[in-house]
Amino acid sequence: MFTGILYLLAAGLLLLSFLKDRRKTATALKKAWKSFENILPQLLSILIIIGIMLAILSPQTISGLIGAQSGWAGMVIASIIGSITLIPGFVAFPLASALLQSGAGFMQIAVFISTLMMVGIVTVPVEIRYFGKKATAVRNILAFAFSYVVAIAIGVVLG
Amino acid sequence: MKKLLERYRFFLILAAANLVLLVISPAIGWKALGLTGQNALEMLSVIPPIFILLGLLDVWVDREIMIRLMGEKSGLTGAAIAFFLGSAAAGPLYAAFPVAGVLLKKGSKFSNVLIFIGAWSTTKIPMLLFETTAMGWKFMLTRFMINLPGIAFIAFATEKMLKDKEKESIYSHSAALN
Repeated sequence: MFTGILYLLAAGLLLLSFLKDRRKTATALKKAWKSFENILPQLLSILIIIGIMLAILSPQTISGLIGAQSGWAGMVIASIIGSITLIPGFVAFPLASALLQSGAGFMQIAVFISTLMMVGIVTVPVEIRYFGKKATAVRNILAFAFSYVVAIAIGVVLG
Repeated sequence: MKKLLERYRFFLILAAANLVLLVISPAIGWKALGLTGQNALEMLSVIPPIFILLGLLDVWVDREIMIRLMGEKSGLTGAAIAFFLGSAAAGPLYAAFPVAGVLLKKGSKFSNVLIFIGAWSTTKIPMLLFETTAMGWKFMLTRFMINLPGIAFIAFATEKMLKDKEKESIYSHSAALN
């Protein structure tokens, strides 16, 4: 549904732009394509890496790794898996709720979800292109550490 | 042609690796291929409007306007706009980086662009809805409340860690990229 809104917005603004200035609109579309093509090699690589990774680290494997371990060991494992994998949200949340049922604690799930979203090892090459090595490293390390704060907060509220 | 091959070299190596995987372990190989296809479709379905909006933003929004909205002196309003822009997004985090590139190029404050990235990564509205359904509203709300200061902290700390020179080079690089 949300993607639909985004399409409507893009189409509407594109039409408006076209009515106001055809030349500018053509430039905008060219820029859109150029920006896309710029990161396309990395995008395609990311897609294959994720495909292979998720084929090996299936939801069952992940739940075996996170679900069985508890305490800090479980959190460390969960945060590492969360950092290196990139799972779309519509897969991640059902997986997380399945993990809960298979015995993982709220804190392990929270650190997993948080690193999954905020830390992106696989996408680091794309991030470096736009932000450089240092900013990318700092952001990802801080996000990793922050995910533990999130886990503790969740542990306090829900534990 | 040679340049094209060079740019796509890593992708071709990975594709070959997947083919090797198909031979060694057909089950995992096919599964990987299936997942890649599925993710590619997902990417193709969300990415076009993002890049079209990026193009329109680049062409229609003047640098002066962007500086006023999200620049050095935009203050709390600028941070709020950045947060809202990121949260209203859809699509994976890697699609956020080109948009961030345009925001930088147009003169947005560095920490605001990082707030945008932070919001895109973790407080996207569609994701929050998903999260509530799967994990309950208490889990979602707790994470959201702690994420608000967290995103701001990460953004300001990252900006503080960078020297002026390093920031300048990121800005000039973003102008060259788009």
